[in-house]
Amino acid sequence: MIHALFIINRSGGLIYHKNFSQHIVQLSSNEALIFAGTFHGIHALASKISPAPKRDTPRDTGIQTIDTKNFRMHCFQTPTGIKFIAVTDLMQTQLTGALGKMYMLYCDYALKNPFYNLEMPIRSEMFDTKLLQLVQAH
Amino acid sequence: MATNTQAQTQAQSLMKLDNKASKRSAMLLEQNVSRPRRDRVGLSAFAFLFAEIIRYSQNRVLGIQELEAKLSEVGQRVGVRVFELAMWREKTVHRETRVLQTLVFINTVVWRVLFDKQADSLERSTENDDEYMITDNEPAILKYISVPKEMTSFSPGAFISGIVEAIACCCQCPARVTSHVVPADGLPLRTVILLKFDSEVMDREKQLEASK
Repeated sequence: MIHALFIINRSGGLIYHKNFSQHIVQLSSNEALIFAGTFHGIHALASKISPAPKRDTPRDTGIQTIDTKNFRMHCFQTPTGIKFIAVTDLMQTQLTGALGKMYMLYCDYALKNPFYNLEMPIRSEMFDTKLLQLVQAH
Repeated sequence: MATNTQAQTQAQSLMKLDNKASKRSAMLLEQNVSRPRRDRVGLSAFAFLFAEIIRYSQNRVLGIQELEAKLSEVGQRVGVRVFELAMWREKTVHRETRVLQTLVFINTVVWRVLFDKQADSLERSTENDDEYMITDNEPAILKYISVPKEMTSFSPGAFISGIVEAIACCCQCPARVTSHVVPADGLPLRTVILLKFDSEVMDREKQLEASK
């Protein structure tokens, strides 16, 4: 079950935040922004402190999941540096597929929408409905 | 030296790519216009182009009405060409002069050329005799567009209405064409194209009807 989704842009700004279940407390917009900024920083540092890989292996992509006693947080970073972060229950071990689909929705309903400004918060009705369908079907 | 040869091979491969691209475009230009094979354009590619047209126009207008007028103008330029192409390709149709036949032509042939399907309905307005409505339940080119709340009166279908206006004009049935988003259950983008024919067209219709 996916509880919530955050989308963070390349510079660490929060561009989308939505809760999908009532089991999760709604963060205030300020808290959500702080979370996004902090996660962005930690993610960047994590890829830096990873033990030096061999020369031609690709660089570490940073944090992929964070586990706690009650939930798991999945992070999917696109080649363009946008991060999709989903908060799920512990049953979800792999979420790359679903997050990839969300990335597709972002490409379709945010980027191809003439009223969307790059790097800015996503306000698109179509994106909301399609995302909800995807989460419910998951 | 090593970097030099590397640069050379890179340049060579780039030239190869360039050659390929120019060959492909040459092939495109040599294609027979009358070939009935349906040329398809990627929806994503078109969506990006259309989004950019809207964004470009939006920066050069003052209000929603002006924006729609601008989009309609772009559509009209497309419409004139689509009309010629449809006429050339569809050997079975001849130039229509009557209002109803023109409408059917737009509803079926033009829609097939543009969107690869027929429009979902063609109705006459119950209030005015000179008004007709063409409905498309989900126009493909508007698929990815969400109009923000502060612009709810804006209908991106103005582009389509521009195309229709130009075609109606080419068929000697000039009309004022507007587009309206009328969402229905599960069809948030349902677009109605409203044609209001000029009075002289309606007069001519009456005369033609009487002389029959």
